[in-house]
Amino acid sequence: MSLKVSDLRVYYRTLRGDVRALDGPAFTLADGEIMGLAGESGSGKSTLGKSLIRLDGRMKYVGGAVELDGDEVPVWDDRKMNDFRYKRISLIPQYAMSAMNPTRKIGRMTAELLESRGVRFREVREELNRRIELVGLDVDVLDRYPIELSGGMKQRVVMVLSTLLNPSLLIADEVTSALDVSTQRAVAETLVEFRDRRFVKSMIVVTHDISLVYQIADSIMVMYAGRLAEKAPARTIIEAPRHPYTKMLISALPEVGVKYAEKRLTGIPGSPPGLLDPPKGCRFRARCPLASEECEEQPPFVEVERDHYVACWKAE
Amino acid sequence: MLKFDRVSKVYRVGSFGGDELTAVRDADFEVRPGEVVSLIGESGSGKSTLGKMALRIASVSRGAITCDGTDISTLRGNRRLKEYYRRVQGVFQDPFSSYNPIFKADRVFAVIRSEYHRGVSDAEWREKVRSALDVVRLDPAQVLGKYPHQLSGGQLQRLLIARALLLDIDYLVADEVISMLDASTRIDVLNLLADLKARGMGILFITHDLALGNYISDQTVILHKGSIVERGGTEKVFGDPLHPYTRKLLASVPQFHKKWEEVEAELRARELADTGSRDYHLSTAQEVPGDLVEASEDHFVQPFVPGVRA
Repeated sequence: MSLKVSDLRVYYRTLRGDVRALDGPAFTLADGEIMGLAGESGSGKSTLGKSLIRLDGRMKYVGGAVELDGDEVPVWDDRKMNDFRYKRISLIPQYAMSAMNPTRKIGRMTAELLESRGVRFREVREELNRRIELVGLDVDVLDRYPIELSGGMKQRVVMVLSTLLNPSLLIADEVTSALDVSTQRAVAETLVEFRDRRFVKSMIVVTHDISLVYQIADSIMVMYAGRLAEKAPARTIIEAPRHPYTKMLISALPEVGVKYAEKRLTGIPGSPPGLLDPPKGCRFRARCPLASEECEEQPPFVEVERDHYVACWKAE
Repeated sequence: MLKFDRVSKVYRVGSFGGDELTAVRDADFEVRPGEVVSLIGESGSGKSTLGKMALRIASVSRGAITCDGTDISTLRGNRRLKEYYRRVQGVFQDPFSSYNPIFKADRVFAVIRSEYHRGVSDAEWREKVRSALDVVRLDPAQVLGKYPHQLSGGQLQRLLIARALLLDIDYLVADEVISMLDASTRIDVLNLLADLKARGMGILFITHDLALGNYISDQTVILHKGSIVERGGTEKVFGDPLHPYTRKLLASVPQFHKKWEEVEAELRARELADTGSRDYHLSTAQEVPGDLVEASEDHFVQPFVPGVRA
């Protein structure tokens, strides 16, 4: 088991109180597993990814534990986390490709990045070249400025850089969202290739696009309002979801071949609750057609079938 | 009928505008009342430029866009333009930046009133707003008198559509209207567009998402680097894609129930059936410049020569 997160709570501090963006998710990630992390905006999926790397000034660690390959990850200790960042856990933040230093050539930027982490550029240069070629780019890109590359090329450079030290865990936050469909596919398939070549042991792919993550992930985890709703093998989530939220979400997505005239899809009425003062019990209750009295108590996230976890009283 | 008659858009680029960049080349199609036409393409394909030209935000370089026979570039003067905008309106991708955050969101209605409906009495106007909100399925109590930041993306986007409805428009240009919305609400906005279509509105639905285009549209236009490569009835274009670019797009779009490899294998098999020979290969095909040819009824494709398999 490569990653184990138990009851992790991270809140955002605001003037009006704490926003409970991440309220106690508990899950494990197997060796070699690519897990898709899906949810609407504000569900806490990006917060989960960020918490495993660095809590920024607004974020507050409240409780819970993270374990990576048997070692405790001190997410609450900014300094101790330096042993993990980039070397063992790597994050590709959203819009990372737009955050490359525009005044540096990519090679020099990489050298600066590595040296800031105490790694000599010369030692990894050969491996870097090999991987740049592996993702279908020319080694020349190292002598170019970010502005000279297209979005897909930049995204691939970012992916190579973030996995250069063979981290155990890679968190990829919306890496394909800003790309065109055909580039999207190439980038997504590169992620799988990185796993197959063991550049990274396991991966969390954060996305709002379930159909994309279904193409590449082994398992999919769905979050809702800061909590876990369901986790199961990718095929199970698509074909036999058990949580009402997952069911409604999947049935709200059009796919090629579905026509309005033949099959009218419906959305989920209402909107997610505010997390400043979230409702007690199941947070999906207000929008859920099955909700009843027992939902006033938070359902536990339990294994209902092998590798299939659901947090819902009605999901037997 | 909103008709695009061999429309091109050429931008002058480079120092002193010495170079030309053709954003749209000879686009030729039409939007009929009660019909949704989706314009599908990747970034840089010129799909938004076409929408902007229809709204007169960008000028037409060559060709003409006509609305029921009137060339829209000849509309001069405030009065005639206003008349045009009373019939054709646009809604854009980002609902958050379409509003001025300083003012309440329903100010967009007030602007419409002062521009187009000056003589209307207060009571009558309230009734008009209420019925427009009713069409987009918004509760007036929930959205009126609120600031943009107090509303969700879906609500803001629906308010903009309601604003367009206050003008009794005939055509709507919807440019990526639901790309910014969450999965659970985007389908509602899409269904709303379908309802408007049923009321006789013609909609130009601009998107990069094939699944959305397929769900809602009657006609599909596939754009690639400024040129239309394939167009026709949605079933024809999606069910029997002919142009290599359309096939490539279809093979890349992530689907449920089908992995990329399966979709690709299907398309391969079709390719083989088309040419009957393993030696020809569509992915190295070369486009033949010229007009689209009619492959079957209501299905047009840009001619191309299949390449030889490498």
